[in-house]
Amino acid sequence: MHPVIKLVAQRFALGIILLLAASVIIFVGTTILPGDVAQQILGQGATPENLATVRAELGLNDPPLTRYFDWLGGVLQGDLGTALTNGRDIASTMSDKMGKTLFLAFWAAAISVPLAIFLGLVAVRYKDRWPDKLISSVTLTTISIPEFLIGYLLIYFVAVKLGWAPSVAMINDSMTFVEKLHSISIPVAALTLVVLAHMMRMTRAAILNVMQSPYIETAELKGLSTFEVIRKHAFPNAVAPIVNVVMINLAYLVVGVVVIEVVFTYPGMGQYLVDHVVKRDVPVVQAAGLMFAAIYILLNMTADIVSILANPRLRHPK
Amino acid sequence: MSTELKFLSSKVTDGTMTRREFMGKAAALGITAAVASTLLADAARAAGPVKGGTFRMGVSGGESTNSQDPASWASDAPLAGGFVWGETLVYAGPTGLDPRVAESWEGSADAKTWRFKLRQGITFSNGTAVTAEDILATMQRHSNEDSKSGALGIMNGIEAMRVDGDVFELTLTIGNADLPYLMADYHLIIQPNGGFDDPTAAIGTGLYTLESDEPGVRMTFKKNPNHWAADEMGHYDAVELIVLNDATARTAALQSGQVDSINRVEPKIAKLLGRSPKIDVKTTSGRGHYVFIAHVDTAPFDNNELRLALKHAMNRQEMVDKILQGFGSVGNDIPINEAYPLFDETIPQRTFDLEKAAAHYKASGHDGSPIILRTADGAFPGAVDAAALFQQTCQAAGIPLEIKREPNDGYWSEVWNVQPYCASYWGGRPVQDQMYTTAYLSTADWNDTRWKRPEFDAMLLEARAELDETKRKEIYSKMGRMLNEEGGVMVPMFNDFVDAISSEIQGWETNPSGPQMYWTAFAKTWKA
Repeated sequence: MHPVIKLVAQRFALGIILLLAASVIIFVGTTILPGDVAQQILGQGATPENLATVRAELGLNDPPLTRYFDWLGGVLQGDLGTALTNGRDIASTMSDKMGKTLFLAFWAAAISVPLAIFLGLVAVRYKDRWPDKLISSVTLTTISIPEFLIGYLLIYFVAVKLGWAPSVAMINDSMTFVEKLHSISIPVAALTLVVLAHMMRMTRAAILNVMQSPYIETAELKGLSTFEVIRKHAFPNAVAPIVNVVMINLAYLVVGVVVIEVVFTYPGMGQYLVDHVVKRDVPVVQAAGLMFAAIYILLNMTADIVSILANPRLRHPK
Repeated sequence: MSTELKFLSSKVTDGTMTRREFMGKAAALGITAAVASTLLADAARAAGPVKGGTFRMGVSGGESTNSQDPASWASDAPLAGGFVWGETLVYAGPTGLDPRVAESWEGSADAKTWRFKLRQGITFSNGTAVTAEDILATMQRHSNEDSKSGALGIMNGIEAMRVDGDVFELTLTIGNADLPYLMADYHLIIQPNGGFDDPTAAIGTGLYTLESDEPGVRMTFKKNPNHWAADEMGHYDAVELIVLNDATARTAALQSGQVDSINRVEPKIAKLLGRSPKIDVKTTSGRGHYVFIAHVDTAPFDNNELRLALKHAMNRQEMVDKILQGFGSVGNDIPINEAYPLFDETIPQRTFDLEKAAAHYKASGHDGSPIILRTADGAFPGAVDAAALFQQTCQAAGIPLEIKREPNDGYWSEVWNVQPYCASYWGGRPVQDQMYTTAYLSTADWNDTRWKRPEFDAMLLEARAELDETKRKEIYSKMGRMLNEEGGVMVPMFNDFVDAISSEIQGWETNPSGPQMYWTAFAKTWKA
């Protein structure tokens, strides 16, 4: 078998094992949470009888191992169960919320990733001169400000003072595509400012590292312009670390946007998860946890595979 | 000049001139923008409600766990939405009860039997006619054995319910002159077959019908043309409810014009917000209050001299000014204020008096060991700061008050109603009877001051069955005075509801039962 296929297959297998391990941790974690779920659902009106009924309904009397495999079996068949609090089907609610989170994350990524790489390249081209310093200081400033504050500042200036875009990023199915984009423009801007610096700095560092190699000197002596050198020779060799940092930031855009979602009251996964954690709605928390774990693992796996493929030594083994 | 202006402003309300043109013409006449704006508002009010438009309310207190089942409602967003699509038998209006699904009601002389007459010819939003059986089924769903309804507590005293033609009749075990007020509880929205078939269907008799619902995010409603009062109320074509839990997001949404009204404006920014020419801040003194509660059966709080010392050492005005930023009123160590019917204004207000506090403390013979007051951020907004202010004034009176800060998590299960002295809050109840029954009756589960006085219980029951309002007021006055002198409840302040609306919104009125005109802003206001 070709070693690349073998490596990729290995990564996949590892990913699946990791996901299973994550499912165990999530299940154990939510099971040992303090507070009885039945008590939480019934609240003040709880009597011993209806507590017993609810416990039986939820299968809380079965041993944990049985419950874990029941749950896992359901998940594998795409059945995530129903929310305890409002009786809605988790899979359908979550696909809607996840779709919205991914929509926001996608547009934030679509703007921030090319922008970060471009700014990184510009910074390398003008290393230690004013464009480099300006790019670094601005992006480092925005990454250092807490994201909610960036959100509030943008709301104040762009939404309240200038009135260019809505402060509440409310999207729904009846809106046209352009309306949706307009609606999420401020949170996208906030997210871009938050993730830009990390990717930009990494691009800059990785390319500068490569730029010191002898073959770059050869390319320069050959008469190529600096941008050509970077594009043709430096960038392909710096792809692996850049992809890694891009993937980490993509994962952050999907999983870590809870704060931004709250600030802009964006109806995505973050808000959904927080509400259900507060209400101890365990099936939803488990499903959401698993979904986040899957995304994280998937993105990291993609980063691994891309770096494997980008490495000529692995592509062309002796 | 004034006739000229009147003419111009009437042109605006007729729609033949825009607001901007009016402002320009008014400026030409030498009128400042503020005055012109007021003139315009007056003209709009005089012209009466304007039909049309969409009312968008930004509401705090919604979660993605919310359901449309009225029995499950405990926070603001679902109940605000519920009042849009549904109606109760009666509604707690600004000046008393307003008829809704019930056209009229009457009680027997002993206040034990109550008859509610169904409004004729009204239909649910699914087109079926409302019958008295639907009312009966609704009440059964909220009171039967399997009920998980938030209204279960108020349905306790019902002995029997039956339907008599167009009349829904209920009989109580003990007479209660306030029963109609209990029927105004927001959980008791009348649903087809009581909601037994599908409690979350959101089918009711409201002014609007639910079009889309995304829990914890947004609800949209469109006008119900068949409503019995569609001419007088419900001026908007559509209503939109947007959940905005984050305080800053809520204010920003109002400022940037994405919503027309918001609830729960933070007191510390309310004054700043009110300065904006596009926004009006509306305060309503309600029945909600913040308390420090001492168990009167536990040492050292079993000593009334010590309780009086603490009561006198409390600087209520300072707390209203600093904790509520002035958006509230001072309390008087009873859970009742002028927002309640039959309140006796002549009960003397307890004043901040360090000398009296010191004297009572001395008389109590307390051994000087620290008196522990438990508090948490979640006890009420500003509870930790309020406790610190209280500690300062106690120190000045020589009372060794010590604050113990507790975590928010578990405060309501481990501290409140368990520990002998702690900070807490009450949302208030529509009538005095219900407030006292919930927390000051010997047998009440939530008797968080362990106030167990047979004579107090007897007066409460006597007042409950008394239909003569003068006599009831007298009894309530006696009870209030007794609690004020001897009770374990210390009430530093009653908090106001603080709402903010866009200046375009006309027809605002205050309703002490709740924020946002007790959630009927959508029904009674209009956009000028």
